[in-house]
Formats: sequence, structure tokens, C-alpha cells
Amino acid sequence: MATETSAGSPADGSAGRLGRVRSYLEGPNTVGNSRQFWAGFLVALIALAAYPMLTNSYQVGRVTLFFVYAFLGLSLSIVWGYAGVLSFGQVVFFGVAGYTFGVISVNFATPAGITGAFVVGVLGGAAMAAVLGYFMFYGGVRDVYVTIITLVSTLVLHTFMAQTAGDEWTIGEAALGGFNGMPTIPNLALGVEGAALTFDNVTYYYFVLALLVGMYLALRVLVNSDYGRVMVAVREDEDRTQMFGYNVKRTKLTVFTLGGALAGLSGVLYAAWGNYMSPGVFELTFASLPVIWVSVGGRKSLLGALAATIGIEYFRNSLGGELAFVIVGALLLVFILGLPGGIVPWVDEKLVPWLQRIIQSRSTGAAAAPTEETD
Amino acid sequence: MANGLNLLFQFLDSFAFIVLAAAGLAIIFGIMGVINLAHGEFIMLGAYATTLANIQFGLPLPAAMLAGVAVTVAFGFVVERTIVSGWLPNAISQRAIGRNVIEPLYDRLADSMVATWGLSLIMVQGVRITLGNSLDQIGTPLGNIAYGGFSYSLYRVSLAGVALAVLLGTYALFRYTTYGMRARATIQDEDTARAMGVDTERTYVTTFAIGSGLAGLTGALYAPTITMVPGLGSSFLVEAFVAVVVGGPSVVLGTTLAGGLLGAINATVSNLFGTFFGRIALLVTAIVMIRFLPDGITGFTERLRDRLQEGA
Repeated sequence: MATETSAGSPADGSAGRLGRVRSYLEGPNTVGNSRQFWAGFLVALIALAAYPMLTNSYQVGRVTLFFVYAFLGLSLSIVWGYAGVLSFGQVVFFGVAGYTFGVISVNFATPAGITGAFVVGVLGGAAMAAVLGYFMFYGGVRDVYVTIITLVSTLVLHTFMAQTAGDEWTIGEAALGGFNGMPTIPNLALGVEGAALTFDNVTYYYFVLALLVGMYLALRVLVNSDYGRVMVAVREDEDRTQMFGYNVKRTKLTVFTLGGALAGLSGVLYAAWGNYMSPGVFELTFASLPVIWVSVGGRKSLLGALAATIGIEYFRNSLGGELAFVIVGALLLVFILGLPGGIVPWVDEKLVPWLQRIIQSRSTGAAAAPTEETD
Repeated sequence: MANGLNLLFQFLDSFAFIVLAAAGLAIIFGIMGVINLAHGEFIMLGAYATTLANIQFGLPLPAAMLAGVAVTVAFGFVVERTIVSGWLPNAISQRAIGRNVIEPLYDRLADSMVATWGLSLIMVQGVRITLGNSLDQIGTPLGNIAYGGFSYSLYRVSLAGVALAVLLGTYALFRYTTYGMRARATIQDEDTARAMGVDTERTYVTTFAIGSGLAGLTGALYAPTITMVPGLGSSFLVEAFVAVVVGGPSVVLGTTLAGGLLGAINATVSNLFGTFFGRIALLVTAIVMIRFLPDGITGFTERLRDRLQEGA
């Protein structure tokens, strides 16, 4: 993220339409601005698309969950990595959206109802973030105090949802169920009666994958746009950005709300994935996961958040058992102490140039060094 | 009348809980600029050590409590040397590759939060693996006070006295001892303090050990009254963090005032609407306080004092 060379302009002469598309997707705020990166991206995409044909439905369901979590990771990357607001409360929006989806879809279990529940759930996550963010940012809460307030919100919501076992907490046909949670949430369906798509297992996998790839690319466009530069400016120095005439509070609120919507999307997909929602999503152990993914992957990099979420969850899930959280906690500790920037930026800044130097010194007579950024 | 007494006891109970939950956290935050998210787990450690010492090794309760504090102090010392200051890993890496691998976490608020969160995960899960999902509990001593149709645990009410003693002790420690003077010098200006011969590194270690010890004391004191589960620390976190936010930079005065204010709010709201709304009230108070007094109560009192002095 150090150089500005390729910001906003197509990489080389071979412009055309593809170059124009790339110019939106690339910039100093994202890792992976070379042709090699996009080739690798395409290969990974094809591999992921072929994955369900190579394995059984249990594995497909498992990997779908990791994709669902990836939205949560991206939401924290945007909020913390790009706008500098460290939130321990992304799971609040995740949970609120999931519960909203659950309550509405249980009451209106038709495709149209579920589609509505999907939209309202995501908006619910965003609205929750907007309200909390408004009181914090316009209330003058800054820096580490924002983090503390979001953490306390998580704990308070956990207390709240855990005591909803009684009959007075039944909304229509949907009982919130206290510690036992809400079972029988229907699968995701989009459309209206007669013309509806219902997603289960493999189709859900493709739906979530497509949504995730689209979201990743859309966020890349966002962070490399002018608005993205303002976000990064807010992260780097709030006072100076304010001096330049930008509305720092509004920027933070907007980004926080967007983060809430993303976390909400993750929550809705999660509720539809497991057909279940419980106060466990507000527990501190779960609330710590997004922070771990994003810290290990590299918070200032969308790709880092994406890759680390899927990677760590795969690892944690395969490991299973009691030791998983010990190891994941240790991972967080080691990375925040030893490599605060995270893996992906390190690979981009140190490992790739180092590999290129080695390749270059072997092939004789290579003149100007084609580096990652200027390709 | 009975409800008045109820409210008074509830206030004393809340006051004690908030002050004791926050004290260790506030000291470490105020002096070192480190936010210890594993604070709840330090409390858990103190509670577990006390319970084990009492039930497994048959120590009488006061001695078991001292053992709980001692264990937490030792643990805090180790954590400071290995994680917060990175002294141990750096000493090893100096030898192996000739450079430091870890930057100390002093005054890196966000990083210290994330790192200690990792630590708290390890501690909760580690305790769950080694000691199981729950422990037998020590019975609550001292019995109940009965009045009208109500009763209240005498032990929990008397903790208010302990909380006051902790506050006075902390005040004396920072006001009258050499360590306290060094610590205050370190907060004010670390570089100058070092130039004047204060070993700031040692001040930090001592501070972290004292803060951990206070967390351990809290755990030891509440061990007879709460269920012994590995995640018990999180029930202290809300009160602790809200008190630190509301209290502001001056540790002792801030914690006292915050404990008083929040205790009153929590007791009243809990009394009227139940414990859940008591917690909501704490959260709302914290947000409102930060809105109007961004430096907490003591930031406000300090400004007031400055203005009065200028006027005089």
C-alpha cells in the first residue's frame, strides 16, 4: 500500500475495455494489482466453482459456512482496516440481522416473505449500526472508547437475548427461545410464488460464492474510489482530514453503517444456512473471531480478510474439539505482536518482491525490474 | 421502608461490584496505556485459585483468598514480561537472530486490546480443558440479613467496605510510597522520568502486577458468591469498562466517583425494572457521559479546578 503509481489509471498500454474495468478495481488501497494476480484469482474462482462436483454435500455445506463468515470478516476490514474504527460489535449487527430474518421468515414462510425477510434483515443490521454509530460518532466518542462501547453492546445484547425464553418473547409464531435459540428458520428463497428460487446445499453454495465474489469486487471498487481515499484519510489522521474540509463524523457513520449491512448480510445468510439462531452469536468467543480473522490476514487488505476468514475457519473447523480456541487465540497473539500488519500485506510487500528478485537474478539480462505495482 | 433498605443494600452491592471489577483495569489503563481485555480472565483466575485452595487443599477461606491473589500477581508478572513488554521473547530473539521481534504494547491501546483478547481466549479454553466446565463452589459466608419479607446476603453488602478499603489503599499507595511517586512521574512524562533516574520498565512491571493482583482479589472475594465456570470473567467486563470510561484519567478518584454514580444508577434501575435494564442503563450512562464529559468525571473536575485556580 506504499506506492501510488497505478492509482486510477489503467496499468499499461493494452488498455481497452478490460483495462478500464481494471482501473476501477485497482489502486494503492488494495493488494493484488497485477495481471498475475487476476490470473490467479480466476484460477481460484474456477477451482471453487468446480469444488461441489468433486466432493460430498457435507463438505459443501461446511465450506458454504466459511463463505458466509467471510462477509463478516469483510465488514470488519472495511470498518477497522479502512476507516480506522476498531469495532468488537460486528456480531451485534450479525445477530440482529439473523434474528430479524428468523422472526420474519418463520411468520411468513413463503418465498416472497423470505425474500422480504432477507432484505429487512440486512437493513436491520445496517439500521442497528446506524443508530449505535450515530450516538457514538456524533456524540464525540473516539478511538478506543468506540471499541469499548461496541464491546459493551455485544455483552448487553447477549444478556438480553439469553433471557428471552418466556412466552412474552414470542413474536407472531416465532419464539426467540432464550438460550435454546430459534430453530426451524427456513432456507433462503428469492422471488415470489410460482417464480421462486429456493436454495439448499449446492445451490446455496453457488449463491453465496457468487454474492461473495461480487461483494469483494464491489468493495475493491469502493476503497479505490475517491470515497475510499477519504476513508483511508480518516483512518490515518482524523484532524487533518477534517481540516481539508471532509466531514469525518459522517464518513465514519456511513462506513460503520455499511459495515453493519455487510455483517447483517452475513448474519442473514448464517441463519438461513443453519436454519438456527442462538444467543451464542453474541458471546465473546464468537465476537472475537472477526478480529482474529482480520488481524491475521491483514486488516488493511480486503483480500487478507477474505482469505484469512476462510483459511482460519477451515483450520478451526477441521481441528475441532477443545484445543481449537486455544490455538486460534495463540495465533492472534503471535500475529498482533510479531506481524501487526497481517499475512497478506507481508506477502505483497516482502515475499513477492523477494521472489521476483530471485527469479530476476537467475534470468540474465533482465533490465528494468517489473515490480508488482507497475505491471 | 423495606424497599428503601433493599435499595440501600443493592446500592452497596453494586458499588462494591463496580469498584472491585474496575480497580485493576483502571490502574493498568491509567498508568501503562494498556487495555487488558483479559481482565475478566484474571478475575476468573483469582476466583478459581481461591476455590481450589479452599476445597482441594483445605485452606481456610481468608488464606485461600490470599493464595488466589498471589497466584494472579505471579501470573500478571509473567504476562507482563512475555506479552505486554515482550521482554522474554525479545531476549530470546536477541540471542538467536540479533534483533527484537516485539514492540512493547505500552500506549498502543488498540493493539493491546486485540493481543489481550487472544490471551483471554487461551485462558478461558485452557481452564475449560484442564478443569472442566464447572467447579464446586465455596458456600457464601456470613449468612443473610432478614428484614420485612426480604433478606440480603450480609457478605455481599460487607464487600462495600472492602471496596472502600481497596480505594483508600490504592490512594495511599500512589500518594505516599516511592513506587507511587515513580508511577505518577511515569504517567506525566515518561522520558523525563527516565532521565531523572526512574526505572520506568520496573514501574510498568510493578503496575501490571498490582493491577493483576487487584483483579485476583476481586475474583477471590466473589468466588463464594458466583458460579465457577471458565467464562465467569465476562460478567465483570461490562461494569469494569463502563466504570473506567466514566471515571476518566485519575484512577482512584475516577473509580470512586464512577462506582458511586454507576452503583446508584444500576441499583435504582435494577430495583425498578430488573437486572437487564440495570445493564442497559450502565451502557446508556457511558455513552451520555462520553458525549458531555469526554475525559470522564475526573477530566471534568480537573478542568474545573484549573479554572478556579486561574480565577483566584
